[in-house]
Amino acid sequence: MIPQDTYPSIVPFLTCGWPSPEGFLASVRGLAKVGCPYFEVGFPFSDPIADGPTIQLTSSEALEAGMNLKMCFELTAQATRESGIPAVAMTYANLVYHLGLNEFCQRLKEAGGEGLIVPDLSFEESEPVKEACNRHDLHLVSFLAPTTAAERRREVAAAAQGFLYLVAVRGVTGGAGASGPELQQLITDAKAAAACPVLVGFGVRGPEQVMDILKAGADGAIVGSALLEKVRAAGTDGASIEKAVEEFLGPLVQACGATPA
Amino acid sequence: MQALKQWPDARGRFGEFGGRFVPETLHAALTQLEEQYRAVAQDEEFQAELRSELKDFSGRPTPLTRATRLEKAWGGPRIWLKREDLNHTGSHKLNNCLGQVLLARRLGKKRIIAETGAGQHGVATATVCARYGLPCVVYMGAEDVRRQALNVYRMRLLGAEVRPVESGAKTLKDATNEAMRDWVATVDSTHYIIGSVVGPHPFPMMVRDFQSVIGEEVKEQLGRLPDRVIACVGGGSNAAGIFYPFVEDESVKLVGVEAGGLSSEIGEHCRSLSAGSPGILHGARTYLLQTEGQVSATHSLSAGLDYPGVGPEHSFWKDSGRVIYESVGDKDAIKAFQEVARCEGIIAALESSHAYAWASQNAGKFPDEKDWVICSSGRGDKDVAEVERLTEEVNS
Ligand SMILES: Cc1ncc(COP(=O)(O)O)c(C=O)c1O
Repeated sequence: MIPQDTYPSIVPFLTCGWPSPEGFLASVRGLAKVGCPYFEVGFPFSDPIADGPTIQLTSSEALEAGMNLKMCFELTAQATRESGIPAVAMTYANLVYHLGLNEFCQRLKEAGGEGLIVPDLSFEESEPVKEACNRHDLHLVSFLAPTTAAERRREVAAAAQGFLYLVAVRGVTGGAGASGPELQQLITDAKAAAACPVLVGFGVRGPEQVMDILKAGADGAIVGSALLEKVRAAGTDGASIEKAVEEFLGPLVQACGATPA
Repeated sequence: MQALKQWPDARGRFGEFGGRFVPETLHAALTQLEEQYRAVAQDEEFQAELRSELKDFSGRPTPLTRATRLEKAWGGPRIWLKREDLNHTGSHKLNNCLGQVLLARRLGKKRIIAETGAGQHGVATATVCARYGLPCVVYMGAEDVRRQALNVYRMRLLGAEVRPVESGAKTLKDATNEAMRDWVATVDSTHYIIGSVVGPHPFPMMVRDFQSVIGEEVKEQLGRLPDRVIACVGGGSNAAGIFYPFVEDESVKLVGVEAGGLSSEIGEHCRSLSAGSPGILHGARTYLLQTEGQVSATHSLSAGLDYPGVGPEHSFWKDSGRVIYESVGDKDAIKAFQEVARCEGIIAALESSHAYAWASQNAGKFPDEKDWVICSSGRGDKDVAEVERLTEEVNS
């Protein structure tokens, strides 16, 4: 199950096997070194409708390089074993159903996974997946968006497990940074109703934004596209990737420490 | 067993297909759309406005034309052509766009987006946006922008912005992904006029209902039940529109024709129903062409059929045995395109040519059947240049 007592914290997102299996493992080393309690690992899908250009591209490059589900489980297992921290998988409903709910969850658990995030699995469709996850001691993460109506916010938040994923923007991943009264209200509503930690994601880019998010009452932030852009800029060498990840995430993790919980 | 016309259920399921697999951000808009749609479906004023637009703007009812020269050539049943090509803008797509734009106005939406493959749906959407004074953005795969240049120009003339999509295979699937991403970011102000019976609930139900005018008219025009109704299936909207009014008439055989492309090799065809397996794409559980859970590449010379998924209700009709799904390849579609032009004076869309081709190959096999209806879903002007290019390649 997803750790519940490590907050405030930064949860980084990586595309599995990108820019290469070795580059991915180097990224995980970097994020573990700066003290992230766990990481999100995206199993690439051909049609990621909730993702912006950065994650679309890392996903399609990973697939072109030959990543498949079997390799995703293997690499995730290696990454969690080497880093000593667990993973939460993020992927689209088709891949989960394609393998079969039970088998997917079992293999994820065996790979050191503690939770699953499926951005195109609506709350209404989530029950069978949640059952399968829980059978294998995994959490299924739920989403709240700025467009989620007040009553539904309470309902989804009350049923949330692992952590509650707040989508900070109207839009796909990697968009402009989010802040302001709308996000504040979303965080307030979520915290009031959720028994689990509340994390903010989509468009989180820098330490100041992380501080704002924590000040607004959230337990942490998820950083994906901005991190992947740093990895891309670092090139293909494992050591440079590891260093780039450390240098980018370090200040974000420090921002968590600098903000009273 | 629930009557066939009663689907979907409250969760938007057609049996085990359909549903709503979307990011949370879209949930509120889909719920609102469903509520409003259920309200207008019962609202006489809305229905009267839609009927009047279908008549005075689109030119409905479209004729049911007897094709006596094709009958002679094929040797079999009487052949009736449902002339959706005679709709304003040249295809059945306008039926759905008129319904949805009126609905979008009720929802107070100020901007319209759409995806398009062949460009027919893009043109129909651009047309209703011009008529109702709404800004319009159409996503179109870059490959389709090339194949369907005439329609790109038509959309621009109508005031729409055409955004070429460079991801994936640069065809309809990729355009749909991009339209959905736009919608996730703009859902408060924007309505997404989806072009076929695909996508999350309530789109498959709503688009089917707006297209059902096709089959309703056939019933009235023929005055008796046909033995067989044949339509091409891309996403499946012209087929759903002509089939749905007949699904509970057991004597009527229904045949959906998918694009067989170049071969039965994965990647070279669009046979979602006849060669795919259940999966989840663009918000619905449905038959899908996929490899290890990744959506496959597809091929058809007909851009409007070049799609790896299909409307969830077709998946349901397939599994229940109510509709038979067959396929026709590129070459046979071109042959039918030429045959129909020469025999009947109708240049049909390459999409529709797939339905013609199946009828041409099979008419002689059913000596007991008397009346066949083919859905001539659109006109082929948009395809003339591509067919010329392809037949020159063959001849040179
Ligand atoms: C003339 C025509 N027929 C058929 C189709 C396929 O769509 P559907 O299967 O939704 O009718 C298209 C799509 O562009 C089209 O333009």
